[in-house]
Amino acid sequence: MRLDKELVAASATPLVLGILAGGEAHGYAIARRIEELTDGQLSWAEGMLYPLLHRLDRLGYVTSHWATGPAGRRRRIYAITEKGAAALAERTTQWAVVSAALSKLAAPGPPVASPRLGTADLALPRLVGVMA
Amino acid sequence: MTQAQIDAEVARWRDYLGSHAELRGPDLDELEDHLREQVSGLRAAGLHDDEAFLIAVKRIGSIDAVSREFGREHSERLWAQLILGADPEQPGPGWRPLAVVLSLAAGAALSLAVPNNLAGTGGWIARNAALLLAPWLVGYFAWRRSLPRPARSGLLVAWAGFALVANLYPFAEANSEPGATEILLILHLPIVAWFGVGVAHAAGRWRCEQERMDFVRFTGEWVIYYALFALGGGVLLGLGAAAFQMLGVDAAPVIGQWILPAGIGGATVVAAWLVTAKQGVVENMAPVLAAVFTPLMALLLLTLLVGILAQAAGGRGTQVLILADRNILILFDLILVLVLGLLLYALSARDPHGPPGLGDWLTLTLLVIALVVDVLMLAAMLTRISQYGASPNKVVALGLNLLLLVNLAWSARLQSLFVRSRRTLTPMISWQMAYLPVFAVWAGLVVLVVPPLFGFR
Repeated sequence: MRLDKELVAASATPLVLGILAGGEAHGYAIARRIEELTDGQLSWAEGMLYPLLHRLDRLGYVTSHWATGPAGRRRRIYAITEKGAAALAERTTQWAVVSAALSKLAAPGPPVASPRLGTADLALPRLVGVMA
Repeated sequence: MTQAQIDAEVARWRDYLGSHAELRGPDLDELEDHLREQVSGLRAAGLHDDEAFLIAVKRIGSIDAVSREFGREHSERLWAQLILGADPEQPGPGWRPLAVVLSLAAGAALSLAVPNNLAGTGGWIARNAALLLAPWLVGYFAWRRSLPRPARSGLLVAWAGFALVANLYPFAEANSEPGATEILLILHLPIVAWFGVGVAHAAGRWRCEQERMDFVRFTGEWVIYYALFALGGGVLLGLGAAAFQMLGVDAAPVIGQWILPAGIGGATVVAAWLVTAKQGVVENMAPVLAAVFTPLMALLLLTLLVGILAQAAGGRGTQVLILADRNILILFDLILVLVLGLLLYALSARDPHGPPGLGDWLTLTLLVIALVVDVLMLAAMLTRISQYGASPNKVVALGLNLLLLVNLAWSARLQSLFVRSRRTLTPMISWQMAYLPVFAVWAGLVVLVVPPLFGFR
């Protein structure tokens, strides 16, 4: 399964902020953590991570400093700020609302309206069979 | 593929990245680090070197798309092209933009030259020059970027309000010379008008930090173009006057009455057009000048500081000459404005995420010296004011001095955090951009409130 572009774009900010909430990290580590969290299903151009990080920096959601990595290369480490944590909390709430609404739709839960004496339970498989 | 081959491939990839104007050194470092880690990660997972390299490159994504995204975030790198650039989607007939610009320039030229021959008194022109010229510049940006209606009506109301103030305030004249409050209005109204132009330049989105920064950049380049025009125009007029003199014709009245004011007016629009249209020619000249003059300015202030201290140590104590001069505050306001300008333009072309360099240490040195000298001056001036009482000039100079002091003091703090790699430059940019309206409001207050406060003298 591949997530579509708009969804990736919308989820990138809260994902990055969420990862940084667990501790500071450099770009590559963030990319790997996203891959791990989404089982590699969120596919995107990883280069796009950097303009996003720079934007979050400008907005004051993250701060950054340069450090030297184990291989002796300069790397930039990002850390979340209080403002970023607040933004993350807000985004998470927004996502929870959407996600809860979606799962209510998907769950087989109590029948919403089935005037035909329970035949709705049977209608769906039949319909699927016809379509197949 | 050996490690050396991979290094060569990575270097080639980096060179290609570097050919995109949107990407700067530190971005390349970040992306290269990402690529190399990706390669070693994939190799550790059992891939061959060349496979690892190919997949790593692919995962970073299309370079063009990535650099476009960088360009969108870092408008300082391509500001002129991005904001006002060649508009590749709107080719249009080639003569039309030129015709619009030339008619706006002609309007600006006439709006200064015609009253110059009608009004008779120079005072009216001096008070109204900014109000006469600003609409043409605003018109230029309104045409170029389409100004939304609320901004348009806001600017119109502000323009009318300031026009009423400039012409209805009963300024008192002393020996047919304009009084102090009138001169203050003449000096501050252009600043107010320039911020009005800024609203039009930002297409009404003046709250946006990046739009503000773009206007600061525009201002720097505009001033440079205008100075070049003034230089060229002066040479041309001088030669013309000399040539006509040889023919036995005295061209001086025509030049003084018509050509000079028309040139002063028309050049405002033409300079704005050149900054936005021909930005490739002298792009980002202001930051270069700032880089050159920052150390020189620091040296000048340091010499001044040593001079003051030497005089004070010379036993004359409070008799230090420079501190006794009444114009010292105005002089120091000008110096601080210059320091702020150097800081702003050093900032305007800089990558806010880059690591600090020598130039940033120099800027910090300049800020600290300027603050030390200014605190000395301020203390001296406050004593003077408490002894001799307030005058319009002293109050305005003192107010501006305090505004600049607050700005520069906080800037020095942010700059010191930056050079010690505690912060990026982003907070500094936000601070400066948030402070811009303070200057606008201050100039507005000087125009509106100070004259009645001091009885229009």
